[in-house]
Amino acid sequence: MSQVLQRTSPTGTRTTKVIGALALLVMAWVVVSGLILTPQDVVQGESVRIMYVHVPSAWIAYLAFIFTAVASASWLISKKHSMGFDRFAGASAEVGVMFMAITLITGSLWGRLTWGEFWQWDPRLTTTAFLFVTYVGYLAVRRLEGSVEQRARRSAVVAMLAVLEIPLVHFSVVLWRSLHQGATVLNPNGDVKMDDLMLFTLFSGVVGFTLVFVWLVLHRQRTMLLVDIANRQGLDAAIAARQTESLVK
Amino acid sequence: MIVSFSDVVVVYDNFPALAGASFEVSSGEIVLLQGPNGAGKTTLLRACAGLLPIARGSANVLSCDLTSDRHSVRRKVGLLSHANGLFQDLTVEENMSFWSRLIGASNQDVKTAMHIMGLSDRLSTTRVANLSAGQKRRCALATLIVRRAQLWLLDEPHAGLDTQGRDELDKTLRAAREAGATVMFASHEIDRAQNLATRSLTVVGGLVTES
Amino acid sequence: MKSDSPTRVGKGKVVTAVFLKDIQIELRSRVVTNQVLPFAGLVMVMFAFALDNDDVLQRVAGGLVWLATLFSLFIIVQRSFAIDTADGALDSLRVAGIDLSAVFFGKAIALATKLIALEIVLICSAVLLYRVDVSATGLVLLVTCVLCATSGLAFVGTLYGGLTAGAKGRETLLPLLLLPVVAPVLIAATRATEAAFGSGGAQTSEGWAWIGLLAVFAAVFGVGGSLAFGSLIDE
Repeated sequence: MSQVLQRTSPTGTRTTKVIGALALLVMAWVVVSGLILTPQDVVQGESVRIMYVHVPSAWIAYLAFIFTAVASASWLISKKHSMGFDRFAGASAEVGVMFMAITLITGSLWGRLTWGEFWQWDPRLTTTAFLFVTYVGYLAVRRLEGSVEQRARRSAVVAMLAVLEIPLVHFSVVLWRSLHQGATVLNPNGDVKMDDLMLFTLFSGVVGFTLVFVWLVLHRQRTMLLVDIANRQGLDAAIAARQTESLVK
Repeated sequence: MIVSFSDVVVVYDNFPALAGASFEVSSGEIVLLQGPNGAGKTTLLRACAGLLPIARGSANVLSCDLTSDRHSVRRKVGLLSHANGLFQDLTVEENMSFWSRLIGASNQDVKTAMHIMGLSDRLSTTRVANLSAGQKRRCALATLIVRRAQLWLLDEPHAGLDTQGRDELDKTLRAAREAGATVMFASHEIDRAQNLATRSLTVVGGLVTES
Repeated sequence: MKSDSPTRVGKGKVVTAVFLKDIQIELRSRVVTNQVLPFAGLVMVMFAFALDNDDVLQRVAGGLVWLATLFSLFIIVQRSFAIDTADGALDSLRVAGIDLSAVFFGKAIALATKLIALEIVLICSAVLLYRVDVSATGLVLLVTCVLCATSGLAFVGTLYGGLTAGAKGRETLLPLLLLPVVAPVLIAATRATEAAFGSGGAQTSEGWAWIGLLAVFAAVFGVGGSLAFGSLIDE
């Protein structure tokens, strides 16, 4: 039993190692370029550099959400209900929550510097915040007790319900803002006039973060697989132990 | 075969409550499940009712394959679990009419079942919350009788009942068998149970053996 | 083999049976009337203390009505499923082999009935406590808003109530799951109610756009819930 675990225990493969190395390289370039090489913005000044983290992490957050939804739908649709889909859905959600937190934090820091306030009831911001809470709820549902199958079914259904919910939340917030445009501060809306290097750095950030996302999800779903394998092997032992109860008798 | 289990494993939170149970029950039997507490009797009955996922092995109840479909079997079985499945704020009569409406039983059936279990007259308009434990058990049994299941699954049906209630229960189960039903029940009232049963199985450590 | 098991019951009958059962239990136990209603009423009074300004109260009256409704929703949903899990009735429902989407609709309609009773009292107390005026056209909007918003709340409430029924820590999990989902209802119902109340010079016509959103919400979760409920409460 321990042999199997040992054989499968490193969560890295050649692919993940390549992805990890690439991610490191690209991220190093983003750090150097984002902090040093790129110029500051005419209006926003140095704070524009937050964008190189904020935009890619927002992109990843939404990508993770879509990924979880697709994996959950695949689990529900597929006849065999392969647990691989469930693990990918869970891993992607966990990483997504982290990136969504980064998005919200960097966003409000940028907002403080640019608008003078941490939070604006902007539809995009509000929807992202709701997405974050919904995801935290999804992770809580994954931790509910029950069989593996039950966990997979519940969380897949909850993920699909989130797909229904998010457009409704977004639409209601858009409608709310458009009808009730209160005292809005005159604010630069974040559009920056970007030169080629800035665009390239931003693009590199997106690529780098995507690589990090893929790397994290691959590793996380592998650790989840290992937990499942360990549980299954624990189950073999538990079955054997349970059966001996009858011998003692 | 009405029930046929082969190496069935049922898992609760990584604990194998059934650890490779194999047994068969044929039509018209009254099968007693005996064994110590925590042996897996309750799990076995609930698994037969299609309530629990089968982790390993194969299970077939009333021609339904439980590994692929746990739903279609439910309409054909009647389960009396430890809980009574009653609503405390409703009267006996209201509880009976709720459950019978769900399964489309006739009023006559409801009356008969209540009569058999001695729940007519004053008791029928008493709230379940005000009943004694034994009376609640009688009420739960009455809801089971109304079901006219093909397979009766009873988890310690004798517990909490008085002698008269136990006699009525045994009579009811024998009558159900006469009418073509099959019965599986767990009990610690060994003498009474062995008298009632046509065969008995021992459940220990998640395994089933002929006894 | 004997084959005289009762025949399968139509979906409508199951919906009615479950609905009547839930209402009957409420009429007996009076939890909503004796506990939730006073609680919601108290919340309205506490808002008045906290805001302590007639103009402000008039402006935010709609929002307060719906916030108080949301808080009560959690309590009612939890109570409704606690009754079903207390003595294993939910188990019996599952083993009865009935269409669980019918159970979903039965419970949702019962929940909606309780919520509407609650909302009527809350709106009346807003009129009395916060000195809100409602015109005739506003009343039509208000009634439509209450019906649409309540259906949506009842559907999601029943759906997530079923998911968390019997789970550990359900008291905290239910609000965590429900609050983000009902946000659109809170926003839309509040705006529509404000339009009906004429708060802050809002026109009644402004309210109807929100009714559409409420209707879509109710439809989406009505369909979603009837599909998902069965698999959420099953083991």
